[in-house]
Amino acid sequence: MLLVLAVILASCAPKPSTTEPQTLTVMTHDSFAVSETLIREFEAEHNVRLAFVRSGDTGSALNQAILSKQNPLADVFYGLDNTFLTRALEEGLFEAYKSPLLDEIPDQFEIDPDHFALPVDYGDVCINYDKAYFDENNLAVPTSLKELTQLEYAGLLVMENPATSSPGLAFLMATIAEFGEENYLDYWRELADNGLVVVSDWETAYYTNFSGSTGQGPQPMVVSYGSSPAAEVIFAETELDEAPTASIIGPNTCFRQIEFVGILNGTQNRDLAEDFIDFMLSEAFQEDIPMQMFVFPVNENADLPQAFIDNVQIPTEPASLPSELIHANREDWIESWIETVLD
Amino acid sequence: MTDRLRSLTKKPTWRALIFWLLPAAFLGYFFYQPLLALFNLLISPDWGFRLAELDLNRLWQPLWFTTAQAALSTLLTLIIGLPGAWLFANYIFPGKKLLKILTTLPFILPTVVVAAGFNALLGPRGWLNLGLMALFNLESPPIQFLNTFGAILTAHVFYNTTIIIRVVSNAWSQQNIRLQQAAKVLGASPWQTFREVTLPLLKPSILAGTLLVFLFNFTSFGVILMLGGPQFATLEVEIYVQALHMLNLPLASILSILQLICTLAITLGHNKLAGHQKMTIVPRSQEIGTRKPKHTLERLATTLLVIILFSLLVAPLASLALRSVVKLEASRGERGEITRGFTLQFYRELGVNRLGDLFYVPPITAARNSLIFALITILITITLGILVAYALRQRSPINAVLDPLLMLPLGASAITLGLGFIIVFNRPPFSNFRFPILLPIAHSLVALPFIVRTLSPALQSIPDSLRNAARALGAPPLRVWREIDLPLLSPAIIVSIIFGLTISLGEFGASSFLTRPDYPTLPIAIFRYISQPGALNYGQALAMSTLLMIVCAGGIFIIEHFQATSKDWL
Repeated sequence: MLLVLAVILASCAPKPSTTEPQTLTVMTHDSFAVSETLIREFEAEHNVRLAFVRSGDTGSALNQAILSKQNPLADVFYGLDNTFLTRALEEGLFEAYKSPLLDEIPDQFEIDPDHFALPVDYGDVCINYDKAYFDENNLAVPTSLKELTQLEYAGLLVMENPATSSPGLAFLMATIAEFGEENYLDYWRELADNGLVVVSDWETAYYTNFSGSTGQGPQPMVVSYGSSPAAEVIFAETELDEAPTASIIGPNTCFRQIEFVGILNGTQNRDLAEDFIDFMLSEAFQEDIPMQMFVFPVNENADLPQAFIDNVQIPTEPASLPSELIHANREDWIESWIETVLD
Repeated sequence: MTDRLRSLTKKPTWRALIFWLLPAAFLGYFFYQPLLALFNLLISPDWGFRLAELDLNRLWQPLWFTTAQAALSTLLTLIIGLPGAWLFANYIFPGKKLLKILTTLPFILPTVVVAAGFNALLGPRGWLNLGLMALFNLESPPIQFLNTFGAILTAHVFYNTTIIIRVVSNAWSQQNIRLQQAAKVLGASPWQTFREVTLPLLKPSILAGTLLVFLFNFTSFGVILMLGGPQFATLEVEIYVQALHMLNLPLASILSILQLICTLAITLGHNKLAGHQKMTIVPRSQEIGTRKPKHTLERLATTLLVIILFSLLVAPLASLALRSVVKLEASRGERGEITRGFTLQFYRELGVNRLGDLFYVPPITAARNSLIFALITILITITLGILVAYALRQRSPINAVLDPLLMLPLGASAITLGLGFIIVFNRPPFSNFRFPILLPIAHSLVALPFIVRTLSPALQSIPDSLRNAARALGAPPLRVWREIDLPLLSPAIIVSIIFGLTISLGEFGASSFLTRPDYPTLPIAIFRYISQPGALNYGQALAMSTLLMIVCAGGIFIIEHFQATSKDWL
């Protein structure tokens, strides 16, 4: 019966013909989103059909690329972040490509000097706070990571487990950038003693525990994204003139995540893949990024939408760590953190 | 041994083999092939795997917790589910049909939504805590539910009670009432009748239901992660962490293999307990033997059960559905002043592609995709399930080997299976591994054990004497099957179809790997909304979940309605 089914389905598939456009396959994660009009324009211009393979989070998508590298499932991979960059480069997933558009991207984003992976966008993992709570209680908003250990903020912060959530891991890495590998565990001991609440995933933290979202939970501070306040305005139930939340912006309070794109090693469509990467780095695509994915364009010529200008503060001193260091220590950091905070 | 005897002992094996042919090929090709390919690839020195360096504590600790929570959860599920099965099998009460459909719905909901439902009820700002705080003038919420062991147990009971109710009440309502009547005539007390007649006859289905529930709890993932919180980790959670967050695929594989070995051992243990005894009974039609509760005690017990089932299984669902039509409008800066009101905004918004997103899918399309995948799943699993049930009816030694292998997909983590599919099905005929048929195939692998465990006991209970009588009267084999087997199997087939439908509609783990962006299912669409900040996204996730419940309830209603009207036709 299955065979019959397979044959029927196969015979329904369109037969490839010479006039048919070529297909370029892009492998990416679940959060990838883009305006339909832009994609249709690109397809028409290059006589190509774009197929997107979108699955799971960054980790799932990267696993797929690694497991299928002998027989690549796609031509382009987008969505690799700086915490997994070294692993992907070590696996030899990509072919180098020095796009001419890299000239429009500030040096701070070009982490891979050999251009196997090209930066596309960046975002910050920040602590969001519930503005109303701090107003009503006449409480000053903390301005540094250190201040979070003060008594007046006891029990007010909820974060995600770094072992099961990427914003949780990013926040852990922000503290390592701030306090150093020798001292960060002391900080976490103090934070845990100050009533830090830990949950497994962003959804629970944001929608159940955080008081600034619709969840109306008990904690007025949550580890989320720098762009979440803008999303609260854009996806409000009723129109808001001002975001109900904001991010704590201070030195090293936010961890910067940069996302990269690369041409998968062994592609049969190298030229088209280059065109697609140039397209992703072009102003048109870069200006589409914020509203679709709630991250920021790396191209310095791309303008931000008004909702972002009004509601998002971009940290001037974001925390960051070298990708090689993250690669070498990720497991140790997470396990030490678990021993310190959870056990 | 005479030739005649030899031919008698050999024949069932051949017959069993013929019945097994298609199901075994299906499992071998779509389950064992990808799994073995994955393990073969990962557990090799090329991937930096060294058996000697393996820290055994990383296996035993999660294994111990996994087993303990599964055992406790299963016990609690039985405590609620068995009386529930008794209620549905023996009594008629107003709203029975509706309650039976509603108690099935938890099974299909994605954990992220169930967590939201429990939160609306029991969370720090849930109705119960708010009520208690107001009542007793408390400063802080008295009930700490989320991130506790109790939350894990409650959620498992919430999810799996329906398995016990469906499997056991189906067998119960088919029991021949004459046996109980005979016992009564012979002077047995009701308790004696229950212990000596009813219970032994129910044993196979109770054990089968217990096995399914235990295995579901054993491989629990979302409940542990989202409701249990970071303090708890089962093997499945460890597999997820190692595979997707540490990118330590060899360790993830070792954990998967351990989980599979445990599944195998549990199934073998179950089969030993269940034994080979075949109890044939002349089944009765569904309605005979059900009656209204009579004595005060009966009335009290049934009412109490309905209340328990309702508050445990239906209330969290209702709180979700309610929240999807309630507006929580906080006036700016005044948190206390929340004006609640009725709204259909979230449903309307589902049909709007605000940002012109390429991957936007209208809710109707997602529902249609889900239903098509469910239909294919049902087709595959019922066909294969009936074949397996007939194979298991033969007294053949190969059944002892093949039957447990059939159960293993329940113990395979969705992540492992998803990754296995990727490395195996990436060439023609699956030129793109997202060939849409792979999704219902993955769903079928999970649903098949349920369907076999439902169909097989039902088939075993059909006495050969009926078939022999038909044959003696000159009926050809196909007619015997149509006139005897099929009508007597039909209630079990209906339950199987419901399992196929609900498992396929609700499956998320494997789907997240195998769904093509152009064919998302309802659970995938729900996740897409709830993983973004903003009140509108949250509301839409709940609206989409309510839609999922409605689609599923509608499906079950139609299937059961079909059963009711098709009796004469069959």
